[in-house]
Amino acid sequence: MALALTARRAGPVPAPLRAKRRRDRLTVLAFLAPWLIGLSVFFIYPLVMTLYYSFTRFDLVTAPHWIGLRNYEFFLTKDPKVWQAVRNTAWLVVILVPARMIFGLGVSMVLTTVRRGGGLFRTLFYLPALAPPVAATLAFVFMFNPETGPVNVGLAKIGIQGPLWFNDPAWAKPALVLLGLWGIGDLMIIFLASLLDVPKDQYEAAALDGVRPWQRFRYITFPNIRPVLTFGAVTGVIAALQYFTEASVAATVASGKANVGEGIGTTLGYPDGSTLTYPQWLFVKGFSDYALGYASALAVLLFAVSVIFTVILLRKAQAFTPTEESLR
Amino acid sequence: MSSIALEQIPRAASMTTPTRRRRRKESVFAFVMRWCMVIALSTVFLAPVIFIGLTALMSNEQALTSQLWPQSWHWDNFVTVFQKAPLLTYFANTLLYASLSTVFMLVSSVPAAYAMARLRWRGRNLAFLAVLTMMMLPPQVTVVPVYVMWSHLGLTGSLWPLILPNLFGDAFSIFLLRQFLLTIPQDYADAARIDGCSEFKVMWRVILPMAKPGIAAAAMFSFFFAWNDYYGPLLYTSENPNQWTVSLGLANFRGLYQVQWNLTMAMTLLVMIPVVVVFFLAQKSFVEGVTLTGVKG
Repeated sequence: MALALTARRAGPVPAPLRAKRRRDRLTVLAFLAPWLIGLSVFFIYPLVMTLYYSFTRFDLVTAPHWIGLRNYEFFLTKDPKVWQAVRNTAWLVVILVPARMIFGLGVSMVLTTVRRGGGLFRTLFYLPALAPPVAATLAFVFMFNPETGPVNVGLAKIGIQGPLWFNDPAWAKPALVLLGLWGIGDLMIIFLASLLDVPKDQYEAAALDGVRPWQRFRYITFPNIRPVLTFGAVTGVIAALQYFTEASVAATVASGKANVGEGIGTTLGYPDGSTLTYPQWLFVKGFSDYALGYASALAVLLFAVSVIFTVILLRKAQAFTPTEESLR
Repeated sequence: MSSIALEQIPRAASMTTPTRRRRRKESVFAFVMRWCMVIALSTVFLAPVIFIGLTALMSNEQALTSQLWPQSWHWDNFVTVFQKAPLLTYFANTLLYASLSTVFMLVSSVPAAYAMARLRWRGRNLAFLAVLTMMMLPPQVTVVPVYVMWSHLGLTGSLWPLILPNLFGDAFSIFLLRQFLLTIPQDYADAARIDGCSEFKVMWRVILPMAKPGIAAAAMFSFFFAWNDYYGPLLYTSENPNQWTVSLGLANFRGLYQVQWNLTMAMTLLVMIPVVVVFFLAQKSFVEGVTLTGVKG
């Protein structure tokens, strides 16, 4: 990254001004110095090293040993679990992200119609997003306990035999989606703010023309909030690619074992690998098996996928920069 | 920037009111529908917390049944938890992690955000792009070399690998602070500069006092992130229970110490409470902060 702090010159510059410019440059540099160190030590250097390690066999005790593409070959042909992890993470991207988008938009649209007590309900709906993920997951595993949990007890009362949820490979991920919907608060606040920003005169004009509700959404609301929807979708995908805590805790607690005492690899993915996500597999390979070279190869592939979504967001970065007006 | 104050919600009702005549005709039906939905949603969002609370107060035997209401109220569960697991150590570790991270983050990120929002220099946009990229890429992408680095420094097994990087700027905090600093008019700073203030003085005396809500929001995000963090402590301290945070302790509580749901739920509640308290103390700036993380609509 080139941080050329020089001002563009137009002809010779008088000495006092030059001195001022140099002072300005030094000021900027002083303000940025800690972050510049962080950028190099905790971002650029590790990115380069991840790529390097991915071509080596490395276990932290002995020095990395160059093995060419063999980690990638192992990924493609031999790793017994990685494809399941890829599928699970892809499932989360395809199901969890849209579910959160739709639910978040729905909840925030309901909130825009509440006149009295809107602030109260907004706080109430937001709070679950703050719950520590470990605590929220524990609560959900308890609530969705197949026999004694309130959810299945309630379902039984209306004559439905509830599934085994976190103990059933087919229902563990849907249960995690419900957990994700409970913590919709952050997305909801962003959507709500943008819904309230839609110019009212557009709705008024539409009302005069007798526009139906669906058309009102399609032609007025949607175009106005589209940047925020894109933002929500892209950040949602990137969060789904990192999905770790909830799946790992749910698997640990539902299986009834402790992950630290008995080695993290034994409970992850319970039941039957259905909650094993890609970052979890990376964690197991790197920090349980200490196959750091292979874990780096997994990280390089994660980088390749997430960089696509990062670029999509960065291309919308103009939306982040309403700067020039406010700076004049 | 689309920041909203709490009072603005009630006024945003015109979306459902096409014309006055149709409004009157629809109103009873719409009113009932609306409140049914609001009440249903409130129930859904509240129910888990109520279940946790009720179970936390049950006896161990009752917590294993499907009953919802405690037969007798076991407030002593909240004391028993502290005897069953080194909960005070967990809280102390978490508090240390969260508060040091927050202070370090502010020291390093506020000046960087200030430079990106308020100073003009070539490469400013590029630097901001770098911040966004750091913010967006999953931490797992760089985790191996960073872990190796801390292991060479002999700091794995402690929380320092999670605290110290905050001294060198946190991408999300820089982003949030920058967004907030951009909303402050430039005139005040210009006036101070004409009076001969140094740039540091302009930041410290003029801009930062006006940026208090933004700084509060960034501090809270940072604190909550550390308080809720599970991945980081799991990575660096799982072999060393003396350094565990509440998240790590809670995740392992049921397996290591107990299979008792009532105690597990009591601990769950104890871990949630500090976050909720902090949130209510600074609700307004926090909500503004969340809004600022979204893009302009």
